[in-house]
Amino acid sequence: MNTSASPQSSSWIHRRIEKIGRQVIDAVDGLGLIVNFTGRVFYWAFKPPFRLKIVFEQFYFIGNKSLLIVGLSGAFTGMVMAYQVYFGFQLISVDSLVGPVVALSLAKELAPVLTGLIVSGRAGSAMAAQIGSMKVTEQVDALEVMGINGVQYLAVPRIIATTVCMPMLSSLFLFIGNIGSYLVGTKALMIDEAMYLSKLGEFMHMSDFYQGFIKSIFFGFIVSVIGTYFGFSVTKGAEGVGRGTNQAVVWGMISVLVLDYFLTSFLVKIL
Amino acid sequence: MIDPNDRAVAVNKVTKIFDGHTVLNNLDFIIPKNKIVTILGFSGAGKSTLLKHILGLMLPTHGHIEVLGQDLTQLNKVQLREFRRNFGMLFQYAALFDSMTALENVMFPLKEFTKMTPEQMYDHASKLLISVDIQEVAFNKLPSELSGGMRKRVGLARALALHPHIMLYDEPTTGLDPITTKMVNELIVETQKNNLSRGMTSIIISHDVRATLQISDYVAFLDRGNIVEYLPAAEFAKSNNELVQEFINL
Ligand SMILES: Nc1ncnc2c1ncn2[C@@H]1O[C@H](COP(=O)(O)OP(=O)(O)OP(=O)(O)O)[C@@H](O)[C@H]1O
Ligand SMILES: [Mg+2]
Repeated sequence: MNTSASPQSSSWIHRRIEKIGRQVIDAVDGLGLIVNFTGRVFYWAFKPPFRLKIVFEQFYFIGNKSLLIVGLSGAFTGMVMAYQVYFGFQLISVDSLVGPVVALSLAKELAPVLTGLIVSGRAGSAMAAQIGSMKVTEQVDALEVMGINGVQYLAVPRIIATTVCMPMLSSLFLFIGNIGSYLVGTKALMIDEAMYLSKLGEFMHMSDFYQGFIKSIFFGFIVSVIGTYFGFSVTKGAEGVGRGTNQAVVWGMISVLVLDYFLTSFLVKIL
Repeated sequence: MIDPNDRAVAVNKVTKIFDGHTVLNNLDFIIPKNKIVTILGFSGAGKSTLLKHILGLMLPTHGHIEVLGQDLTQLNKVQLREFRRNFGMLFQYAALFDSMTALENVMFPLKEFTKMTPEQMYDHASKLLISVDIQEVAFNKLPSELSGGMRKRVGLARALALHPHIMLYDEPTTGLDPITTKMVNELIVETQKNNLSRGMTSIIISHDVRATLQISDYVAFLDRGNIVEYLPAAEFAKSNNELVQEFINL
């Protein structure tokens, strides 16, 4: 309907372009819907009743789901980074700088981004699955019939909890990552302990820490908005729930990575 | 003619258009108070849409809906939400909150909308559960641990928690085995009887002609957004509307 049909218009290349065009339109449509959903989240977030108890429950749930894996990933990321940086830096005899270089990469990028990806995979997907199955079994309708708004009751507490929880989990990642790096650096790679710590103090500034912290707040927000959004967008049956969950993870992760780029380019200018 | 004071629901020339597609077409009928009224119709006839209008979850494109003397189209969103407490609804698959036990499900509306103490809530909820024949051993079970029939009963107890004046049943017996169907039908009739003293109208949406005719006072037949037949249950089977006959003899 959108191509003036010449005899060749059914050729492979045309179909490809048409398909890509349709995907772009769908993506823009989807983006509009998510923006609209975010608007509703803000509207309902500031209307009483405020359900603090559910926020705490969700906070506990998200923390509980992600704590172990965030800790493990933090430890191994720090350890691996120490090795990688060491073997590069050793060539030019600046191996004493392993500590601050690992700490900086963790603080600015690796901790917030990897934690964002993990929470998207663990908690974002769980949100989509929970809300999606409540949607298909009419539990969301049951709330509405009782006069309770589904977005307010289900999405708002999850989004607040994730937005608060993410920077904490990211800080945990950072802390454990540095311990991992310190242990590998001083015990396996034999960097002098006092040197490691003094260089760390010399090169790390609070602003390096803020950057990751601010990012992770945004990641917490976007991951939970996407998780709950895809939960509410489920319409049909069990396959629908599976698809919604899957999309929540994929788009949650992509948006963390894309948002990271824009946040970085903005934050490096102001911090 | 039904006395205006005896109307539970008055659907007044209601038309609903979804993007150019007319789903309810100048619909005009009355549901009398304190009766059991069933709305039958083929899939896509507009039954669920009608139910959502009665609940004030959707507003008509044209026309008015009056429930218990209140014109829903005159209420704002907050008022509509409050007004909805006049309704109790039993969903097709009960729609119990799956993270809450049977008891917590029934206590949920009490927690949200009353200032009862925890003891009062427990008292009220356990009485409701016992009244629908759920024994104390099942109080702390999750919905996933209950049978389909038990879930419906818990769902009914939850719907009755705030003493609604209108009970809505969405396909209460569709897909149930004959014994559970019988049980659910008896429950509907019993609920109606037990609550009649303070006023209780039951509206059922169903495909199940046999069950419907046994328990209803009136039966309406909805076709393409129109009520094409509306008779006392005893006379419904004798309707000479072709569609009704086709539906009954399916
Ligand atoms: N929100 C909506 N937007 C657009 N069209 C809708 C909407 N809800 C219902 N419809 C349309 O209205 C018509 C009637 O739907 P409705 O769900 O009321 O039928 P029903 O009688 O309940 O059918 P069933 O027995 O299958 O549940 C259908 O054609 C449906 O596609
Ligand atoms: Mg329906």
